[in-house]
Amino acid sequence: MTLAAAATTAAQATTTAAHATTSAAESHGFLSPTGVEIAFLLVGLVTFAAAIVTVTTRQLVHAALWLVVTLGGLAVEYLLLTAEFIAWVQVLIYVGSVVVLLLFGLMLTRAPIGRSPDADSGNRWAALTVALAAAAALVWVVVDAFRTTWIDLDGPAAGSTEATGASLFQNWVLPFEALSVLLLAALVGAIVLSRKAKADAATAPESAPAEGTPAGRSEKEGTR
Amino acid sequence: MHLAYPAVLSALLFCTGLYGVLARRNAILVLMSVELMLNAVNLNLVAFDVWLSKTAEETLHSGQALTLFTIAIAAAEIGIGLAIVLAVHRNRGTADIDRLRDTAERHDSDGPDHDALTAEQSDEAQKAEATA
Repeated sequence: MTLAAAATTAAQATTTAAHATTSAAESHGFLSPTGVEIAFLLVGLVTFAAAIVTVTTRQLVHAALWLVVTLGGLAVEYLLLTAEFIAWVQVLIYVGSVVVLLLFGLMLTRAPIGRSPDADSGNRWAALTVALAAAAALVWVVVDAFRTTWIDLDGPAAGSTEATGASLFQNWVLPFEALSVLLLAALVGAIVLSRKAKADAATAPESAPAEGTPAGRSEKEGTR
Repeated sequence: MHLAYPAVLSALLFCTGLYGVLARRNAILVLMSVELMLNAVNLNLVAFDVWLSKTAEETLHSGQALTLFTIAIAAAEIGIGLAIVLAVHRNRGTADIDRLRDTAERHDSDGPDHDALTAEQSDEAQKAEATA
């Protein structure tokens, strides 16, 4: 009896130890390809390729559309990092309004639709050198610094709406309110910048939000 | 997840935006590259905040709060930037930042008096354009 009990205990201890070893190897193997990491890598490749196309394409409108792919890919990366609220804010603000604003700007400055041969300036090789040097230095430093650091993605999500909202309105209320003042200042500044100096001060879109002011200007230009 | 994945991705995106800022000629494409750089910073903030919220005992979620602030500031920045670009395009007829060289030093001038004169002239021209 005692012998059997001792054997069972030893077997249990062995299994626990083996399980601990495998779980440690699973969670802490160098560049261990878990499912989340593979998904992150694939989406990251798409995002990076879209970013490359954004800064190198010669068709200006296509650059804005590839920027949509980049920003959407980043939203997926936020979801994979369990930051759900940031992901949906990214989709709403960047994909929803910033890219639309950029397209408005491209149209209002009469950007050519087809290929424009002078999209890149003359210092593109210097820019390429600087960017490659910065990329090499940053990647080397970052990989060397965080070689043995892992993000624990199990358990409750770190960036759920509840966690983000509680932290934002408990600890970050004052910056939040200051940010609203900054948005108001940006709104007034955009209106002042985009209206004519003397003409139609009365018809300036006083109630339009800051993001909508160039659109309001486009209506004015359309009627002019 | 290994922390190197999001960190390396954000570094690469930042350098892509850096190349775009330096190499592009149209002002709106430069603004797009600035957006890329801001997004790289946001990814870095979120990744390190998720890492810290699991390892630290008490966290303020400062990374995600700063990410939200960065997104709001980027929206304000793009509004102001586009308003400036459209005003420049209305006054000069171009959004090409290589041609906006009014405040650059003239290398073909022959004396300090000529420099001062052209500076005054360009100042007056800018004032006239600003009030036009």
